[in-house]
Amino acid sequence: MSELRFAQAINRALSESMTEDDTVMLMGEDIAEAGGPFGVTRGLLAKFGADRVRDTPISEMAMSNAAVGAALSGVKPVLEIMFMDFMTFAMDALVNQAAKARFMFGGQSSVPMVVRTPHGGGISAGPQHSQCLEAWFAHVPGLKVVCPSNPADAYGLLKAAIADPDPVVFVENKSLYALKGEVPETPFRIPIGQASVVRQGQDVTVVTYGGMVSRALQAAEMLAKEGVFIEVIDLRSIQPWDEATVLASLSKTHRLLIAHEAVEAFGVGAEIAARMSDVGFDELDAPIMRVAAPFVPVPFAPGLEKQYQPSADKIVEAVHRLMS
Amino acid sequence: MAKHAYNKPELLALYRKMVTIRLVELRLGRLFADGEVPGFIHLSIGQEAVATAVGLLLDNMDTVASTHRGHGHALAKGVGLDDFFYELMAKEEGICKGRGGSMHVANLSIGMLGANAIVGASTPIAMGSAMAHQIRKTGGVAVAFFGDGAMAEGVLHESLNMASLWKLPLLFVCENNGWAEFSPTHKQFVAKLADLSAAFNIPYAKVNGNDVLAVSDAARLALTDIRSGKGPYVLECTTHRWRGHYEGDPQKYRPTHELEQLGDHDPVKFFEDVMRKKGVSDEEMESVRVELESAIELSVERARAGTSPDWHSAQSDVYTAAEGGQHV
Repeated sequence: MSELRFAQAINRALSESMTEDDTVMLMGEDIAEAGGPFGVTRGLLAKFGADRVRDTPISEMAMSNAAVGAALSGVKPVLEIMFMDFMTFAMDALVNQAAKARFMFGGQSSVPMVVRTPHGGGISAGPQHSQCLEAWFAHVPGLKVVCPSNPADAYGLLKAAIADPDPVVFVENKSLYALKGEVPETPFRIPIGQASVVRQGQDVTVVTYGGMVSRALQAAEMLAKEGVFIEVIDLRSIQPWDEATVLASLSKTHRLLIAHEAVEAFGVGAEIAARMSDVGFDELDAPIMRVAAPFVPVPFAPGLEKQYQPSADKIVEAVHRLMS
Repeated sequence: MAKHAYNKPELLALYRKMVTIRLVELRLGRLFADGEVPGFIHLSIGQEAVATAVGLLLDNMDTVASTHRGHGHALAKGVGLDDFFYELMAKEEGICKGRGGSMHVANLSIGMLGANAIVGASTPIAMGSAMAHQIRKTGGVAVAFFGDGAMAEGVLHESLNMASLWKLPLLFVCENNGWAEFSPTHKQFVAKLADLSAAFNIPYAKVNGNDVLAVSDAARLALTDIRSGKGPYVLECTTHRWRGHYEGDPQKYRPTHELEQLGDHDPVKFFEDVMRKKGVSDEEMESVRVELESAIELSVERARAGTSPDWHSAQSDVYTAAEGGQHV
């Protein structure tokens, strides 16, 4: 075991993947010489050279489509989009090209590419640098979406994403970059689509992912003091998501809450709730609840953003309602 | 560099390819009118010389990204008639198993990265393919076909910039037919492609896109430079769109005199005159046409008898299946 920060764990996954497979290459804004805005790609230019670690101009539309063209031509690009808000510029490449190529070309080829991008607020970055837009991508057949909550998962999921033959959107909650955690030294992959039960409990199932996992665990501590025990499921993968693990937990607790930092309306939680009210209807003792962001852009002022963000307190409150 | 002297087999190869595209497009027009081709199609009649000249200069390792008007590019890159007609007629045996149709004909095994229904998308995709050639040191080049309508797309400008910054082995081929869908180009784009290329420090040449040998000469020069590591090149080929934006388009927006004069710009007729002067007889040309007509008819017949695409197979091809059939 070695202790790594979240950003370092991603760096290790990139570095190992590039060593194992010389068709893996990185591209993005300021990732090479500057080492990335969050320092994630530091040192990789020196290690792998400018052909495989490329600083791109600020041209998200061209670079994301270029990743598709490269992936169809024998290279495995790992693209960094500096903030998830800028993924709007990469929509054509991901939605119309990467997601469709395998299907519409009759399975001739897959599109082995990864797009890494940070989402999430809490640092007063304002409405255009804080959004959690993962549900958009989870809605598109052909894309996979993952969102790790800790350094070991970030490492293992990124190794799996780079090895995956299909396009993967790899979402990094920016509040986690400095988080430290143990990462086993032997290389490993975490299969995409596998959730992790991070805390056992019998009263309420709380399904969450990314930056919200630690808040759900805080809520679990607070609730445990009252004698209420929640089971916390870290989804890790959003598309595909681990329906079996969620259903198994619901069958035990009979109450379900989904928590995420993204806007509640039409979000990941809505999909899980709809699905569980179908396949898990007989298990439910209470309505399914969600704790997520309100239908408002992410505000700048620290006070406003604090009110905006879903918190451990809000999870506790929702669990109280579910138990009442 | 001395101008290329075309021998008779080379002339006939160009003729054969150009006539293939013409006859395929004409046949598709009839099949579409008869309801045998679903969806909608964009024919490249009148523009065949560009695809032909560029296509015949490429090897299998070279890659091509194309447009919504991409039948000619696919055929010139080497997509077979059976693969093509099965696809256009929505059959399981099609090159894309009937899932893409006219606007997505691709054959990745020969570097045809697909026609594309998004205007301008061919340019960054080819740019990324050129980056792959550079990283993998394949010695190959990528070609981006695009129309004048794509000149107003920002992503073309981004792609020109990145291709030039990175000296990518990339040939930009603009087929300028004067019409961006239903609007004349001059109402869509205020600049000139020559100036745009100069702004990004990319060599540029403009040729008569209806003269297959002129396009071939210009593309040969461009490709020689690109293959020697000099970076990207822009080739603008002026040509004419004989049909509507899509098949069935009444083209009320187009001046009558322009439509009446299209026959004056026929790349096939133009080349036939050139070939006669170079000693190819009318009989030789006629025999090429007859042979192709019957090959096309055979492919159409086979496609008619093809099987309807299988839903289960289509549905299970959204993601790559892992060993044992489970999705990865």
